[in-house]
Amino acid sequence: MKPAPFTHDRPDTAAAVASALAGDGAKIIAGGQSLGPMMNLRLARPAHLVGLTALPGMTEITETGGAIHVGAGVTHARIEDGDSPVTLPPMLRHVARGIAYRAVRNKGTIGGSLAHADPAADWVTTLTALDATLHLRGRESARQVPMRDFMLGAYRTALAPQEFIETVTLRTSMREALWGYDKICRKVGEFADAMAALVLVPGEGYARLVVGATGGRPLLLPDLAAQIARTAQHPGPDVLRAALAEHLPEADRVKLHLLTTALDRAIAKVIPA
Amino acid sequence: MQSGIGARIPRKEDARHLKGKAQFVGDIKIAGTWEAAFVRSPLAHARITAIHKPQGAEARVFTAEDMVDLAPIRCESTLPSYKVSDYPALAQGKVRYVGECIAICIAPTRAEAEDLAEAVRVDLEPLAPVVSVEQALAPEAALLHDDWGDNLFLTTNHAGDLTEAKAKATVVIEREYETARQAMNPMEGKGVLAHWDHKAEQLVAYTSTQVPHLIRTGLSECLGLDQAEVRVIAPDVGGGFGYKCVLQPEELSLAWVARRVDRPIRWTEDRREHLTAGANTRQHKYKITAYADDTGRLLGLDADIWVDVGAYSVWPFTACLEAAQAGGNLPGPYDLGAYACRTYSVATNKPGFTPYRGVARPGVCFAMELTMDAIARAVGRDPLEVRCLNLVQGAAMPYTNITGKFYDSGDYPAAARAAAEMIDSANFRARQKAAAAEGRHIGIGFSTFTEQSAHGTKVFAAWGLPLVPGYEQAMVKLTPSGTVEVRSGNHSFGQGLETTIAQVACEWLKTDLAQVKVTMGDTGLTPYSTGAYASRGMVMAGGAVSKAAEELARRLKIHGAHLLQCKPDEVEINDCAVTNGIASASFAEIASAWYLHPDRLPDDVNTAGLEVTEGYKPDIDTGVFTYATHAAIVEVDPATGRTTILDYVIFEDCGRRVNPLILDGQSYGGAAQGIGTALFEEVIYDAAGQPLTSTLADYILPGPAELPHFRLGHAETLSPYSRHGIKGVGEGAAIAPAGAIVNAINDALSGYGVELTQIPATPHRVLSALLDAQDKQKVPA
Ligand SMILES: Cc1cc2nc3c(=O)[nH]c(=O)nc-3n(C[C@H](O)[C@H](O)[C@H](O)COP(=O)(O)OP(=O)(O)OC[C@H]3O[C@@H](n4cnc5c(N)ncnc54)[C@H](O)[C@@H]3O)c2cc1C
Repeated sequence: MKPAPFTHDRPDTAAAVASALAGDGAKIIAGGQSLGPMMNLRLARPAHLVGLTALPGMTEITETGGAIHVGAGVTHARIEDGDSPVTLPPMLRHVARGIAYRAVRNKGTIGGSLAHADPAADWVTTLTALDATLHLRGRESARQVPMRDFMLGAYRTALAPQEFIETVTLRTSMREALWGYDKICRKVGEFADAMAALVLVPGEGYARLVVGATGGRPLLLPDLAAQIARTAQHPGPDVLRAALAEHLPEADRVKLHLLTTALDRAIAKVIPA
Repeated sequence: MQSGIGARIPRKEDARHLKGKAQFVGDIKIAGTWEAAFVRSPLAHARITAIHKPQGAEARVFTAEDMVDLAPIRCESTLPSYKVSDYPALAQGKVRYVGECIAICIAPTRAEAEDLAEAVRVDLEPLAPVVSVEQALAPEAALLHDDWGDNLFLTTNHAGDLTEAKAKATVVIEREYETARQAMNPMEGKGVLAHWDHKAEQLVAYTSTQVPHLIRTGLSECLGLDQAEVRVIAPDVGGGFGYKCVLQPEELSLAWVARRVDRPIRWTEDRREHLTAGANTRQHKYKITAYADDTGRLLGLDADIWVDVGAYSVWPFTACLEAAQAGGNLPGPYDLGAYACRTYSVATNKPGFTPYRGVARPGVCFAMELTMDAIARAVGRDPLEVRCLNLVQGAAMPYTNITGKFYDSGDYPAAARAAAEMIDSANFRARQKAAAAEGRHIGIGFSTFTEQSAHGTKVFAAWGLPLVPGYEQAMVKLTPSGTVEVRSGNHSFGQGLETTIAQVACEWLKTDLAQVKVTMGDTGLTPYSTGAYASRGMVMAGGAVSKAAEELARRLKIHGAHLLQCKPDEVEINDCAVTNGIASASFAEIASAWYLHPDRLPDDVNTAGLEVTEGYKPDIDTGVFTYATHAAIVEVDPATGRTTILDYVIFEDCGRRVNPLILDGQSYGGAAQGIGTALFEEVIYDAAGQPLTSTLADYILPGPAELPHFRLGHAETLSPYSRHGIKGVGEGAAIAPAGAIVNAINDALSGYGVELTQIPATPHRVLSALLDAQDKQKVPA
């Protein structure tokens, strides 16, 4: 389990990153916690790795104009520890603590996790629920993509070739959000078999209900979210199951059962059933 | 500090392990060493039509065609109907499982060796894969070994007359059980580093093994070398569990290459190789009919057992040890009136079956313990009472059971009751009711077993093995500085033997543990031993060390008495010295006299000296039997299918506890592995015979968060037949967990009419069973 031969560098300007990525077989490496295992199994065989940690701002967390900006290179561990000059929304810290094991969290990054777009990863679901916006940087351009539009499917994202994630931005109001998060894993630290998140920001009338680990992109249930916000009632497992069955016709009965449980429990953390 | 038998002291070897200073195969540095990588079969069953070595690298890639002088691993057996499989170190003509070695590639680093391995092209013509025992036994099945005529390594038939049991039975329980294929997952995988030592004119193989002397025999036989031309050194070994008690094809081809290229070559197994090519154990199927009366008394048992043994017979334990053990051990601790059992050792396109901690007994115990609970439910009695009714009673000891096993000592029902008391089973039904009122599902389960340990010559000979253990040797000597040295050809690989055999020496020589140096695992430095397996280390190596230390103590007394100018029968050994009242001759003084100043000893001194090698086996060859009852309380969450172990107790009796701390460790570790078997571990194959669980993301091992706080209780019934009354304990705790946990799950879910009969009891299996039960309720009959 050793990777195929590759070269590596760490450019320190965005332009240099973009041109490095233009090379044949070039790929970004962040914490290496997803890419590393795939390279060791030789399922990924990049000829050239471009590290992002030398880029200014990549590992910073700042706050401007009602928004918190988390550099794509910030590790799960730093979020877990609240190692940040600005206060992070409590949900971020809670979710970070539940990712993998500490050794993985010490290296793995929020940007790497989003770019990797594993359907069962924690950040894709959480940041969809928190209505995050991603700042993407390309060779000549910079653009913003809302998280809900970023992940297209399993391991597929809106990133264009040579584009990378620079920062993840959240509204500061997410600090006051009411939230519930639940995931079901076979073992502590394993990827989840089912997960769900509910986020309500009453002052903004914001309500989002997201189901993860579906095998594809996070599933949004806007009607149910609105109903919960309006009634302040837990819809109950039967309603949830029916909604999931409608949106995920491919899911087998066990998967449906687990997703229902995760959804039921995530909601119950905000509104007891 | 008291260091002898019974002392609860930390292990000698811990310091180097905790400091990261241990020497595993991967740590050994020999100048000029190259690394090896294997080209392994991507298909489960195929004919090899051609192998293309990368141009320019022909001298660094070797295939079976290069190794014409290397004999295949060939494991004969004297059992009737047994079929021999030739297991070549590198595939010849055909591949029979995913991961089978096809070529070995060498380079200065492992990454470069893997680059080379990747560049080797193998032309394969796929054959029909045989992935299950049903497929293997179907009339039109593809054949693993073309000249066999079928896919059966062996069938055995324990014929028993069940007529009376059937006639008397008022309860008949029929069940089918299934256990998953597993990989043993020692923390350190296999590894071997070999080179030719021109001075010694020897092949020197550092290998991660439990059985260095056996590997020497295996290597020399296959390589065509004299045994004196082979030295095997097992350095620190990071767990064995049986995985490392057989001759590995990698050891063979690597040794051949090291000799051919005249350069040290190393191969280190990685986790992916382990989870595919090492997926070689535990997979059984059972069909059982139990005949009982209204009280739950088991009158007779009729069983068919299929073992999915994979493609090849491993050396020296054969593809059939598992089935022999399964058929012989199914009745376990129970007193049965009648028993019939047929076993089938079935060849499939999977890695060759290797005995794993507990050998067959985790499977048979699971089958038997679930059957016990099924009987209890059928007659409406408490499972504990039904067990105690059927267990061999203490007063019956020693007892020969229906398969001829000689249970040497103990009180099985007492252990079951002690475990029940520890877990407070008397109040459990009230607790269960209270939990149910809160919507929680908790259940209790028991599991009882016997563990045959240190079974000797006659037992292994009866299994027809090509290699049968006899007397175990050990050497104990006093060094010129007066400290003690113990040498054993057995090995310590995490189970603490390095410490416990030193304790046995301390028992006779009254020295401190720190004063005892232990050398193990090197055929160049130690007396012959067949090695560490079958829970034999403590009984056999401990017994041999005991005999040798006793003799050394006797000689020390003679010399010491001379120095003290008294008679040997007037002295005793105390605190590293021979003493007579307040007069004492320290071991250092005696050693100094013997080695450096023989003038201080009499002319007619016993010239045998202070190095003693002795051979030992227990008074009986049939093994000494450890036993235990495990009891578990679990909670099952019907919303997630997840099982949480709320309480877990083990009440065991392994005779004399040489080091209670190590014994506890063996219980924790074994039970953790048993919980893996019960709830987590499973090698999954697709229809083509591809293993789908080739990383630890897919093959789930329990971690600390999944394990309970084990509570232990002990009895100490000394075996009348072994030195110090010791019985083996290494395997036991891995045997019982699946029975206890699945019984507890079934108890927790009894309200749903769910009965699981397959392990691991994953959330997916639990939920499927619950959803099935739900569907049934919805559909009116
Ligand atoms: C044992 C284990 C358990 C795990 N369990 C969990 C879990 O429970 N939950 C969970 O969510 N995750 C889990 N993970 C994954 C972990 O969170 C990874 O850290 C994460 O998925 C990838 O982050 P990384 O920084 O390591 O990225 P890398 O592995 O370095 O890169 C991953 C991919 O993203 C690309 N990439 C990286 N950074 C950027 C960027 N800024 N812009 C564009 N592309 C980029 C890379 O090119 C690569 O394709 C686990 C990992 C392991 C090894």
